[in-house]
Amino acid sequence: MSEIAAAVKGNGKSLKELDRAVVRFAGDSGDGMQLTGEQFTTESAWAGNDVATLPNFPAEIRAPAGTLFGVSSFQLQFGSQRVYTPGDRLDCLVAMNPAALKVHLRDLKPGGLLIVNTPAFDKRNLDKAGYAANPLDDVTLGERYRLHKVDMSGLTHEAIKDLPLNAKEKDRTKNFFALGLVSWIYTRPLEPTLEWIQKKFAKNRDVAAANARVLKAGHAYGETAEIFSEHYTVEAAEMTPGLYRAMTGNRALAWGLLAAAQRSKLPLVYGAYPITPASDILHELALHKRFRVRTVQAEDEIAAVTAAIGASFGGAIGVTGSSGPGIALKGEAIGLAVMAELPLVVFDIQRGGPSTGLPTKTEQADLMQALYGRNSESPVVVLAPATPGDCFYVAYEAVRIAAKYMVPVLVLSDGFLANGSEPWLIPDPDTLPAIDVEFRTEPEGFFPYLRDPATLSRPWVRPGTPALEHRIGGIEKQDVTGNISYDPENHDHMVRTRAEKVRRVAQEIPPITINGPATGDVLVVGWGSTYGAITAAVERAQSAGRSVASVHLRHLNPLPPDLGHVLREFRRVLVPEINSGQLVRVLRAEYLVDAVGFNRVRGLPLASDEIHDAIIQLLGSHA
Amino acid sequence: MSPGGAGAKEAPKYSKKDFESDQDVRWCPGCGDYAILSAVQKTFPDLGVPKEDIVFVSGIGCSSRFPYYMNTYGFHTIHGRAPAIATGLKLARPELKVFVVTGDGDGLSIGGNHMLHVLRRNVGVTILLFNNRIYGLTKGQYSPTSELGKITKSTPMGSADRPINPLAFALGCGATFVARTVDRNIPHMEEMLRRAAHHKGGAFVEILQNCNVYNDLAWNVLYDKDSKLRNELRLEHGKPLLFGPPDERQAVVMEGVVPRVVPANAVSESALWVHDEKNVNAAKLLADLFAPEFPVPIGVLAAIDEPVYEDIMLEQERRAISERGPGDIAKLLTSGDTWKIS
Repeated sequence: MSEIAAAVKGNGKSLKELDRAVVRFAGDSGDGMQLTGEQFTTESAWAGNDVATLPNFPAEIRAPAGTLFGVSSFQLQFGSQRVYTPGDRLDCLVAMNPAALKVHLRDLKPGGLLIVNTPAFDKRNLDKAGYAANPLDDVTLGERYRLHKVDMSGLTHEAIKDLPLNAKEKDRTKNFFALGLVSWIYTRPLEPTLEWIQKKFAKNRDVAAANARVLKAGHAYGETAEIFSEHYTVEAAEMTPGLYRAMTGNRALAWGLLAAAQRSKLPLVYGAYPITPASDILHELALHKRFRVRTVQAEDEIAAVTAAIGASFGGAIGVTGSSGPGIALKGEAIGLAVMAELPLVVFDIQRGGPSTGLPTKTEQADLMQALYGRNSESPVVVLAPATPGDCFYVAYEAVRIAAKYMVPVLVLSDGFLANGSEPWLIPDPDTLPAIDVEFRTEPEGFFPYLRDPATLSRPWVRPGTPALEHRIGGIEKQDVTGNISYDPENHDHMVRTRAEKVRRVAQEIPPITINGPATGDVLVVGWGSTYGAITAAVERAQSAGRSVASVHLRHLNPLPPDLGHVLREFRRVLVPEINSGQLVRVLRAEYLVDAVGFNRVRGLPLASDEIHDAIIQLLGSHA
Repeated sequence: MSPGGAGAKEAPKYSKKDFESDQDVRWCPGCGDYAILSAVQKTFPDLGVPKEDIVFVSGIGCSSRFPYYMNTYGFHTIHGRAPAIATGLKLARPELKVFVVTGDGDGLSIGGNHMLHVLRRNVGVTILLFNNRIYGLTKGQYSPTSELGKITKSTPMGSADRPINPLAFALGCGATFVARTVDRNIPHMEEMLRRAAHHKGGAFVEILQNCNVYNDLAWNVLYDKDSKLRNELRLEHGKPLLFGPPDERQAVVMEGVVPRVVPANAVSESALWVHDEKNVNAAKLLADLFAPEFPVPIGVLAAIDEPVYEDIMLEQERRAISERGPGDIAKLLTSGDTWKIS
């Protein structure tokens, strides 16, 4: 995709202008590849590019060094135009060892830039990676790719030989050599990384000095060594003017909650049990006690959700977060919140499953669990953010809806959004919609299940309010009075009422935004983290003159009221998902449309190329 | 001062009736729960807590219907989870006076993990565990406190699992207040309820309770008049461990590290075991005493002062605000690395 826009001269070396590039750093899980990738992301954002990232690491904290399953990687795409995905095929691969080369080489485009750390290609590492012979000795590798063999370890040690660090400590800085080198290749500024090093290692000056020196050594190596005959620059992207920051999905969820707590003037209780990839939300919130956010690291997933429900009963914002396996454990308690009609926000950071599955890989296969994964008729509101930055707005919206309708709201993020990062236009918090919480204090005419005619919401009463003492619970209630009732007709009425209350949340949904024409041949419908891949694929088809549009759903229950109408304006409907066909079933059942799925469940984001192919295929099959 | 960290509000003068809700009580006739309900309602006017500041949280089981009958705030939740619900509630509203009502199945089987953690954290809630050694609501299966070999519907040849001792469990979890009382000893039950409610931190009270339908007279050792006289050991702080009829007084003493029962007149005063509520190690020994080899202790086994969970959490919040000011989302959003695109 990295089309060469122009070639210009720069200090004796050619400088090519690209409109985008996809780079992946890969090495052992102890090689610091995540850090290298994150810093390269920051540098790219500083340079004014739009960025999308894909961290990918093994579930084991320190998998055995040199093994295939111990490989950790960080991929990013940066560009001078909107970048929707971390990219499908690589323009540049940095492989710190043979295992990284073996796992990732297949994704490098022919002619792509391949940088390898030669000393790591010793007998031991080659054996562990399953190479019979050193692949660097194979001449076809150099013919197929622009191969650069660099003695990163040796050059790193040479650059800092006079510093009082031991060999292991010195070796650990070699990722900064790789970062410096790639920064030079793509004309990234080193300043943000140098500043970061000073801050991060303020307490250990030698380590700070070593990292900074090695970073510069890598940069200088690119500039002066004969082997690099060209380097690249990517112009700043056309982005909405304003103040930006890098944002990951998990941090955005946490900050969205902080914004909601401040706006509603309520304390927030976040109950969580450590689980990948949701734990960072707990870590982030624990830093912000000033917002009256109280975090409980609970004894288990059930305690995490029930603590949140107890907090809601007390008049605070109760929130819990987990991943699929934890959400399964929380099911009964979410049902209690449905029955007690208390506000509750539940984050599900989806990962590969079932069971433990692929803890560090992404998936979208919890949609059915979110919609139906509880006993009996147990409707909840389900929302899904589309990008890391969007998580901020969705978290805020979840609190707003939960409080207004006295209902649980599930938010379906995933591992890709959680750890992925994008440049994010910082909003003015005053422009967010109000969260008006009115606790009932008037005893006259009070009943626990008296309903607001517009929302069907029951009154929220803080314990401590005189003359409003009442009891609620998980047993079926008589409507209005809230007294225990086993009456058959009342149960039927309450089942319908709880469903209708959730349906009325549709009042909150704005008209659907269609990316493309309002009528045509193919409509691509997506939800969640596939937004970037779908948008890139659709825009590519559109620019080739195809009659294709896309719609990305943020509200999965209830669905937007105008969705049925929009679907019927297209001849075919394509639903790409990282599951075996969940939303597509809902759409077929709900609207009786002959929607077809595009489904890959590999623990990876969908690639825009494959979605594009699916669109073309569907167009062809109809033509 | 009002107990257990409740707010500074002045409580009106209440009578027992003020704590009775308008709901019909639906336990089986003759159930021990009636006596407990009555004792709680009778004790509450003395607590000095406005009734709107009191919350009853329960799980599932016969005992867990309790909140419906109290004219306070109440939350009848799901099986075993009341301690976790109460933890979240105390974090949100530390000034409330929160009671957890549970049973041997709810609190020690399905909810055993939450019971462990609410006690070790020392969350400021008062836990009343009604122990009838049976599952009543599900019609008579053996419970985690049923004796080994218990014959029930689910164990026709006798249960194969050894029972758990609630007091030993609570002390093992690090509970800071542990007491035992009996549903048929109203004055003692009232005294224990008062003591527990005034404890700063988590209080655990085992109430030996009769299920006259599925496990009648499980605690007959303390119900039968003669047996009670011979077997009940009243624990009182600063008093020696003496029990039995006046003409046959017996003493519990330590021989090395082993408790023994000896005739009281055979022990010198200095060799008597004097009960000390602050001595948790001694309480752990007392928790295991039971008839017929030993007397059955009732009263406060241990009451100690330890930091309270919600106090620590709220103190951290106050410190964060006093050091850096209240949170400001606009400032947070623009903090750290940002860049302008024009």
